[in-house]
Amino acid sequence: MIVREWLFLTMAACDAAEPWQLGFQDAATPMMQGIIDLHHDIFFFLILILVFVLRILVRALWHFHYQKNPIPQRIVHGTTIEILRTIFPSIIPMFIAIPSFALLYSMDEVVVDPAITIKAIGHQWYRTYEYSDYNSSDEQSLTFDSYTIPEDDLELGQSRLLEVDNRVVVPAKTHLRIIVTSADVLHSWAVPSSGVKCDAVPGRLNQISISVQREGVYYGQCSEICGTNHAFTRAPGNIGRLLSPLWLSRTTRGATHPRSKLLQRAAGAVGSQGARQ
Amino acid sequence: MADEIELKTAPADFRFPTTNQTRHCFTRYIEFHRCLSAKGEESNECERFAKYYRSLCPGEWIEKWNEQRENGTFPGPL
Repeated sequence: MIVREWLFLTMAACDAAEPWQLGFQDAATPMMQGIIDLHHDIFFFLILILVFVLRILVRALWHFHYQKNPIPQRIVHGTTIEILRTIFPSIIPMFIAIPSFALLYSMDEVVVDPAITIKAIGHQWYRTYEYSDYNSSDEQSLTFDSYTIPEDDLELGQSRLLEVDNRVVVPAKTHLRIIVTSADVLHSWAVPSSGVKCDAVPGRLNQISISVQREGVYYGQCSEICGTNHAFTRAPGNIGRLLSPLWLSRTTRGATHPRSKLLQRAAGAVGSQGARQ
Repeated sequence: MADEIELKTAPADFRFPTTNQTRHCFTRYIEFHRCLSAKGEESNECERFAKYYRSLCPGEWIEKWNEQRENGTFPGPL
């Protein structure tokens, strides 16, 4: 792995899972930043409690010994300690709940009108994306299917079970509305670095609003057991990035290329106006 | 820039503040067809409702509803 990274420095995927990863992926949205911050805040107190409880436990075990303390103390009752050890542990979850609920409800909140609506429709086992903000009739719509690239077809530098053939390309720093639904069974549209996980239920439209703060290629996987190929053909979408307002022409075209080419082309599109077409 | 596309979609609707937007799509579809029957087929005023429901509803649903309207089996109040 290290040798491979050394040989192909550009390969490091910033917004995909790494081997043996324990922590979060880098936050791409304020939502994910909030989740990470809350996790760290709670973990601080969690460690304090863990150390305190472990100390009590180990100390009790250590001293309960026939040679060190031949006659054990026989305390069976203590009103003060009982009140304290009931009240304190119940106050702690209350203090955890305050920031937790604040985050939970602020994630649901749609603060401003979204600029783009993208429909992510789950299928067994791929995803269909629809961009239909600019349709002038019911028939025409920019629709494409996004399949995971099978293991045998992967090119060098592509992530196994993460890369798809058609990426979703969206603008950065723009409020997006993602309508998640399914055409057959339950699926779930999840992108860890965006802090988003939304169940796709047939016959129901679930909305999530995100605003991706930086450009990049983001990966996600289906997060609801959706049939035999769930584990191997996980096929949610990858949020790509958008750099020019003329993204519609790019959404299906640049997608089959490996990441580097897509990024190169995208960077070129931002740099010069001539490249916009 | 003149050739820039304006990013625009159905606005957030205070009637549907929750994650579940199923009704939002359905209501916009009904609103469009009510508007058509009130203002006449040629009226351009209804176009914005059409844009809203096309943004919100999956294409498959719209097809199904259009078919149901033709057959007279559409379940909503039109």
